[in-house]
Amino acid sequence: MGRWTGSGVRQAAGGRAVALGALVVLAAGTVAVQAARDARYGALSDDTRLLYLRSGAVADRLALEYDALAADIYWMRAVIHYGGDRLHDPGEGRYELLHPLLDLTTTLDPLFQIAYRFGAVFLAEPPPGGPGRLDQAEALLMKGMATSPDKWQYPHDLGFLYYWQARDYETAAAWFRRASEVPGSPEWLGPVAAGMLARGGDRGAARQMLTRILEGADQAWLRDTALRWMRQLDALDQMDRLDEMLAEYHRRAGQRPASWGDLMRAGWIPGVPVDPAGYPYELNVTWSTTRLSPDSTLNPLPEEMAR
Amino acid sequence: MMASVRTVYHVAVHVFKESVRDKVLYNLVLFAGLLMAASVLIGQLTAGQDVKIIKDLGLAAISVFGLFIAIFIGIGLVSKEVEKRSIYALLAKPVQRHEFIAGKFAGLALTLAINIAVMAIVYFAVLAWYGATESEAVQRAWEAPAVDPRLLVPIVLIFLQLLVVNAIALFFSTFTSPAMAAAGSLGLWVAGHFNADLRAFDRVVDSAAAGIVGKGLYYVLPNFAAFDVKAVVVHGQSVPAGFVLFNAGYAAVYIAVLLIGAAIIFARRDFK
Repeated sequence: MGRWTGSGVRQAAGGRAVALGALVVLAAGTVAVQAARDARYGALSDDTRLLYLRSGAVADRLALEYDALAADIYWMRAVIHYGGDRLHDPGEGRYELLHPLLDLTTTLDPLFQIAYRFGAVFLAEPPPGGPGRLDQAEALLMKGMATSPDKWQYPHDLGFLYYWQARDYETAAAWFRRASEVPGSPEWLGPVAAGMLARGGDRGAARQMLTRILEGADQAWLRDTALRWMRQLDALDQMDRLDEMLAEYHRRAGQRPASWGDLMRAGWIPGVPVDPAGYPYELNVTWSTTRLSPDSTLNPLPEEMAR
Repeated sequence: MMASVRTVYHVAVHVFKESVRDKVLYNLVLFAGLLMAASVLIGQLTAGQDVKIIKDLGLAAISVFGLFIAIFIGIGLVSKEVEKRSIYALLAKPVQRHEFIAGKFAGLALTLAINIAVMAIVYFAVLAWYGATESEAVQRAWEAPAVDPRLLVPIVLIFLQLLVVNAIALFFSTFTSPAMAAAGSLGLWVAGHFNADLRAFDRVVDSAAAGIVGKGLYYVLPNFAAFDVKAVVVHGQSVPAGFVLFNAGYAAVYIAVLLIGAAIIFARRDFK
């Protein structure tokens, strides 16, 4: 009886080992089959660019009491969509879901401040960094203002977008003034609104405003964005100085420089000049002017920004 | 009176022990795992909104886990005793039927209270850990601190809401099968989130009668939407104490109505 029991136990243990082995092999098999399918038909199963639900009101109803969590999910989708399209340009339809995703997020959670601000800045960003849709950015911020009229940040952001992206100093000043009228807004908004019309396209004024934004930036993305804008201003300054050198070289040598090497041999620059993002400037030999490398992350530079 | 309270107590303790035997408390491990995994994983995807999302996720998980416990244990509270025929032995003892109903409700309420209390402790522990590991500069950007005592308000309201769900499930359990009771309880829980539409029904229909029916249903159906303050509190806004008290009063009255109804139905049932 004892021997029979021992053999039974051994049989059971053997059966368990076989089952465990089969489990491991089959688990590895599911990974292998999935990887092989994705390698061959990956595009067929790629549904990340789909947005089944576009109505915020419907999404709000369907989410029952979990609307805040649903807003978080749409928010993460917006971040992934924006970051993914920025890094890996999918071609046609780039950033097409950004506005609907942000609209859904803010309908599901109307107090989601960062979604309005992040969304507006990146919706207004011109290609390739964003879709360049100031109209959608304005609609999003107006929605935020309707929900939370006590937030000075929304009219401030809209004013800045009109200032930076549209170069519409009059509208920008009006929005800054409106932001300054919100109780609790920072004191510097009033003078900014007043100075906007006088020194609208002034790089110094822009630098001052960006410094203010950087000082008050409590979110990493806002700080990074303001720093990038600041670097764009630095690049404009550097390009102006380089253009002056190129003109001076032309005047003294009687011919246009053929490459940066001519300026280096003259001892005017230590090496090929690079922009604040680390990309070498390109020299337009025909006109003796400097321009950003097409690969530079500072593209596109703001236009008509006087020194 | 004291004897009645003692009977209710014994039935309640029995329900709680049974839920422990049914491994209901395993959901606490799942909850803790979910929150900890989320707090590690979502940081990269949220553009600085991780603490808000952990708060939302935690509150939603407390609500969902609690809802499943309230419904899937609640629907079997009476019907299981009938199916297993243990009701005969129980009713042969000096237990009044209304005491049996009250005890069943109190037992599940105790299970829910312990579950929610433990989940709340885990929730605040994860938030405290998250707050302790973030720099001061990042914390300044948050609308509310990671460990915000105001978060207790939605947790209390979730508990009150689940007590109502518990009473609904128990009510259905006194006269129908578990499957039907589950369908009815879930249906009422979903309908309870659309109450605002019923209240304004007269504005969207021409028929005055339909408007009156809509308004009547608004008052008859449980209003679960009123218990939901999660999104507001997560953004650092306060909820007036009066609002919480009114909801507590509403829950108490609604539960009393359901339990009395359940006791009447159960008293009329013939188990011979």
